[in-house]
Amino acid sequence: MPPPPDADDEGLVRRARAGDEAAFATLVRRYSPSLVRLARMYVATDALAEDVVQETWLGVLRGLERFEGRSSFRTWLFRILVNRAKTRGVREHRTVPFASLGGAGAEDDDEPSVDPTRFAENGAWASPPRRWEDDPELALESAEARRITEEAIAQLPERQRIVITLRDLEGLSSDEVRNALDLSETNQRVLLHRARTKVRQALEDWIDG
Amino acid sequence: MTRRWTFWRRDRDADAPHGLSCREFVELVTDYLEGALSAADRDRFEAHLAHCDHCTAYIEQLRLTIRVTGEIPPEAMSDEMERELLAAFRDWKAGGV
Repeated sequence: MPPPPDADDEGLVRRARAGDEAAFATLVRRYSPSLVRLARMYVATDALAEDVVQETWLGVLRGLERFEGRSSFRTWLFRILVNRAKTRGVREHRTVPFASLGGAGAEDDDEPSVDPTRFAENGAWASPPRRWEDDPELALESAEARRITEEAIAQLPERQRIVITLRDLEGLSSDEVRNALDLSETNQRVLLHRARTKVRQALEDWIDG
Repeated sequence: MTRRWTFWRRDRDADAPHGLSCREFVELVTDYLEGALSAADRDRFEAHLAHCDHCTAYIEQLRLTIRVTGEIPPEAMSDEMERELLAAFRDWKAGGV
């Protein structure tokens, strides 16, 4: 019997390991779209991203026997993808994020979360944000809001884009993201903060503009 | 609460030694949401939040931003890719990968 579409990852992995193609197909359908989206941040074309995802699933099959569930399946999966994508990105001469350990990097230099001119000298709001949830006209649910958000994310520096994609688009926990990307807790948080505040700014510009 | 009083209170707090200005508040939002603030900083953050309507609006905007971001679906996988992956699975099962 095919597994229900909402079957949990670990059960599907067990079944796939035992040779159940339907279980593997469920995992493939569940994660491939997200994997392609993430791979696309490391490589230059959609075709290359699809290649990386293919390699990732082959890596999953090769490692399936050894996968012990110490981390969640999706952490393991995203980690394989990131490693494959980085290798491919290097081959394609793209700059590779997260390759070096240490600081958050030049793109994450202290930049204020909010335009400094919006505060008075004593640090209080001079030009305060509006309450979005009070605005009946506000269409944060709209396709347009999602388009604005997507565009803002596309313009983020690479590392910020990758972190916000895993955390807020894919819904991974901070631990899962740190494990997938080999990031320190602090770096993960700084990158996420920069990314979220810029996306908020883009939505505010759109709503108030 | 009069407008004048609101301003006075916020200004005084921003200047108070243990207070937190709005400008500082916005830099701490992610640390707060991630549960990464020390107990003392969390108290200062929440004390500020409790009386500052503007920062309440700000943190609400960030929460809504996170929600909208979570609603962006990835593009569907191509049929061709799915076929190739299932073929790879059958190879693996046959001992070939």
